[in-house]
Amino acid sequence: MVRKVVRGFYAVAYAVKLCRPSVICAYPITPQTEIVENLAAMYANGELENCQYITAESEFGAASILVGASATGARTFTATCSQGLILMSEVLWNAAGMRLPIVMVIANRSLSAPLSIWNDHQDSMAMRDACIIQVYVENNQEAHDMIPQAYKIAENKEVMLPFMVCMDGYKLTHAYEPVDLLEQGMVDSFLPPYNPPIKLTTKDPLTFGCYAPPHCYMEFRVVMQRAMMRAKKVMEEVFKEWAELTGRNWGGLIATDYMDDAETAVVAMGSVVGLVREVVEEMRKDGKKVGLVKIRSFRPFPTEELRKVMKDVENIVVFERAVSFGHEGPVAIDLKSALFGHCNAKVYSFAVGLGGRDIPRDLIRKCINNAIEGKVDEGFHFEGVKEFEEVII
Amino acid sequence: MAILIEVRFHGRGGQGVVTAADILAVAGFKEGYWTLSFPMFGAEKRGTPVVSYLRLSDRPIVERDEIYNPNYVVVLDPTVIGPVRVEAGIKQNGMIIANYPKPAEELRKEHFSSLNGSIKVLTLNATKMAMEILGRPITNTAMVGAFAGATKLIKLSTLKETVFEWFEKKGEELANKNVELVEKAYKEMEGKV
Amino acid sequence: MKITLGAVSKPYSALKMKTGDWGTHWPKVDEELCTGCGTCEMFCPDMCIEVVKVGEEEVNGKIKEIKKAKVNYDYCKGCGLCAEVCPTNAIKMELKDIYKV
Repeated sequence: MVRKVVRGFYAVAYAVKLCRPSVICAYPITPQTEIVENLAAMYANGELENCQYITAESEFGAASILVGASATGARTFTATCSQGLILMSEVLWNAAGMRLPIVMVIANRSLSAPLSIWNDHQDSMAMRDACIIQVYVENNQEAHDMIPQAYKIAENKEVMLPFMVCMDGYKLTHAYEPVDLLEQGMVDSFLPPYNPPIKLTTKDPLTFGCYAPPHCYMEFRVVMQRAMMRAKKVMEEVFKEWAELTGRNWGGLIATDYMDDAETAVVAMGSVVGLVREVVEEMRKDGKKVGLVKIRSFRPFPTEELRKVMKDVENIVVFERAVSFGHEGPVAIDLKSALFGHCNAKVYSFAVGLGGRDIPRDLIRKCINNAIEGKVDEGFHFEGVKEFEEVII
Repeated sequence: MAILIEVRFHGRGGQGVVTAADILAVAGFKEGYWTLSFPMFGAEKRGTPVVSYLRLSDRPIVERDEIYNPNYVVVLDPTVIGPVRVEAGIKQNGMIIANYPKPAEELRKEHFSSLNGSIKVLTLNATKMAMEILGRPITNTAMVGAFAGATKLIKLSTLKETVFEWFEKKGEELANKNVELVEKAYKEMEGKV
Repeated sequence: MKITLGAVSKPYSALKMKTGDWGTHWPKVDEELCTGCGTCEMFCPDMCIEVVKVGEEEVNGKIKEIKKAKVNYDYCKGCGLCAEVCPTNAIKMELKDIYKV
């Protein structure tokens, strides 16, 4: 393996190349664009063997093309974010129901209106119910490593579901940092060629996602839920295999630090995790019993894992990068439902860094301290908001 | 105690503010540092004030928030000084390295008179230098050279190699011109510290 | 800070943001060479260069307007397109004083 300073988008594009995709199709949207631009350059340079790179007229078109390609047994890739992901959503629900293991990178970006190109998790959160696996990564090494694992999990016959690798736009995609780049031989030994149980060919026509009247629709949904639940075990196994192969252990569906005797658990996802971990370490030095829970897999949700680590905690602090308007932050909503009846901790959830607002160290520390000291009420809060006045125009 | 050096770059879109931090992230890594560089984009238009960030450390870098208390501030364009408070939050014993057509004392008098005396202010006419060598007012490579010359955090040879590799794909002539610019700025700054 | 209903803003708010300090170079029009053809006006992406009447002259017994290109330095970002497209090379890009020693 070579350690090189590369940009996040290159790290994922390079990993996609090593996975030998057959069809790549995308439509540009910032801050994702450079991922597929890099792949387009690799394609133009003849570095992508037996691969077709298709430019689409929209994200809707890109996803549709991949649905067709994936049904024929092709290993497929796309990347998008924000409005592009929302435009894809009609197709992606179909991809999930048709059980097509399309792997995509979401360069997480906020949603309009107001128009914003910057980072939060609102876009992928809007897709959380679509039966698509969602993993959030902390840095560009984890993003790079996640691509081969994503294919292996998604293409597992027990799973057969689309997979979103969610990486924070700009914060990761546009950051230069050292990444241990994988080698082709290593990826080949880890990831077998894609060989699905059913393939669409012109000689053997099939209908994917056929008509399901009320007498059988529910059963298809049951099967999808089972696949998601089976994915948990498959993910744990693949993550373990990866750790053994590369020596880089990113954890399971969750990863924890200092949770053994923690009284306060801090929950975070994505690129902010590194700084949250540092703050937790600092607070430990000050004698505060704080621990970190990094959620890696948001779908399937790590219910059992969270119940286990949160069993004895008194406070739970959740950093949210999205809002379920009219209720609260989506991570806390799921966390509370997972813990109901299993844990009596108070749950404080803080929406931070929406639309690219910076999340400084002091803000993280303040949120955790306020929760521990009971200075804020349980429930949902926006943090890092300026003074403002609501006006008509 | 872990070392953490934080650098903030100011300039305008099109001058290579983001690339400046990126080149130093690559060069710093070659010198044995763990590095991280990232931009804070505005409207992504040529001419808008742009900020980018660089961290160098002896351990893997996990902080991805913006830099509020930099050790060093590098200014690629004289016109952002004033409209943008480039000196905001700079640490004691820190350093401001600016592309400015006048001597450092004048810059300090005109814009940084209330700045703590422990903070060094250095200037270099990078626009003129870039116009002479590149024929275009793109000041990032000159200021990268000035940063290395003033701070001695990165060796000139490492920086020259990195800059050459960076621009090589755009043609050897351009790469060599940028290397020349880096060296000139490095040496001029070395003499001013 | 005022947060408007529906993120609504009124037109012309961009006028408040003077972008004239963005570029390193200004376009300077040489009135001797400028024929007032309007090519620059057509190409300027920011509508910062306009052909205006500066006087009148008599040609073959008829009164004709004399037109010249005028730059709005409050908003010109110094992209240099006008200088590039000028058919008589009447526009030169000059380094701004702040960059000069």
